[in-house]
Amino acid sequence: MDLVQMQKSLQDYTKSLFLEGILDSQFLQLQQLQDESNPDFVSQVVTLFFQDSDRILNDLSLSLGQQVVDFKKVDPHVHQLKGSSSSIGAQRVKNACVVFRNFCEQQNVEACHRCLQQVKQEYYLVKNRLETLFKLEQQIVASGGMIPAVELGF
Amino acid sequence: MAEVLLPRKMEMANDPSKFGSPDLLHVLAVDDSHVDRKFIERLLRVSSCKVTVVDSATRALQYLGLDVEDKSVGFEDLKVNLIMTDYSMPGMTGYELLKKIKESSAFREVPVVIMSSENILPRIDRCLEEGAEDFLLKPVKLSDVKRLRDSLMKVEDLSFTKSTQKRELETENVYSFDSPVQSQLKRTKI
Repeated sequence: MDLVQMQKSLQDYTKSLFLEGILDSQFLQLQQLQDESNPDFVSQVVTLFFQDSDRILNDLSLSLGQQVVDFKKVDPHVHQLKGSSSSIGAQRVKNACVVFRNFCEQQNVEACHRCLQQVKQEYYLVKNRLETLFKLEQQIVASGGMIPAVELGF
Repeated sequence: MAEVLLPRKMEMANDPSKFGSPDLLHVLAVDDSHVDRKFIERLLRVSSCKVTVVDSATRALQYLGLDVEDKSVGFEDLKVNLIMTDYSMPGMTGYELLKKIKESSAFREVPVVIMSSENILPRIDRCLEEGAEDFLLKPVKLSDVKRLRDSLMKVEDLSFTKSTQKRELETENVYSFDSPVQSQLKRTKI
């Protein structure tokens, strides 16, 4: 694949993530904050998100797995995850967290277990897609090309 | 007259107080989230601000010198032009931090902005009542930061200009040979 084709692939791939609602405009904000002086800004923030999320999901699994679930412990974790996913534009993860928090409020253990599964699913999905996106970018940069700016014409 | 005024102006430029560098606002950002700290730091740097980021209200108080129990004074020489804090933080909340800052003599005039991912009206009201400058919904936008910076710069500029004018007029009064009546008129103009 030549450079132009790679750049087109990247643009199409990125657009699809927005169209599927996996990412929202906040991700664009992140991209706009990246420049020659901070060329890895987006991947740095996203990496922090992955690290935080892995930890939180682990803690949530433990908390929900207890004989008696302490929702005072569960809710702050979900709140944190909701916040960080919102900050990077991981829309579906954020939305899943909103639903999760509602069930926490109701102290509905069964529903919370289902919510956790849903959040995990959305998280692994966005993680997978973003890792692919960064790989595409790396290929372009390695070939001496520039990352094209995303234009959302829809 | 010009020769008399110039030395005063140069004094102002070398003044280590906040009027010394009107272009660089120093912002203290407080957030327990890694992701949000990285994000807000970048937003502020891109907006030409000097940034100090801490991960808790306790650390913010330490930085400001407000962490000692009976000391509600703080570090007098520390120049912070704006404090931006997350609302929900473990331990001390942003609201509690806001109160401590407003109680201190060194930092009560520093504008404090609260950031929150939750649009809860009573919360917003409470913060504004306690003296918060503004309440921003997360994720914070670059336009929010620019708007804050611009309004703060205007305040700094106005103060700088007022002080300069006052000094100029006082200098004129000392060195002018105008009649006492005219000098009095100049004074009332301020």
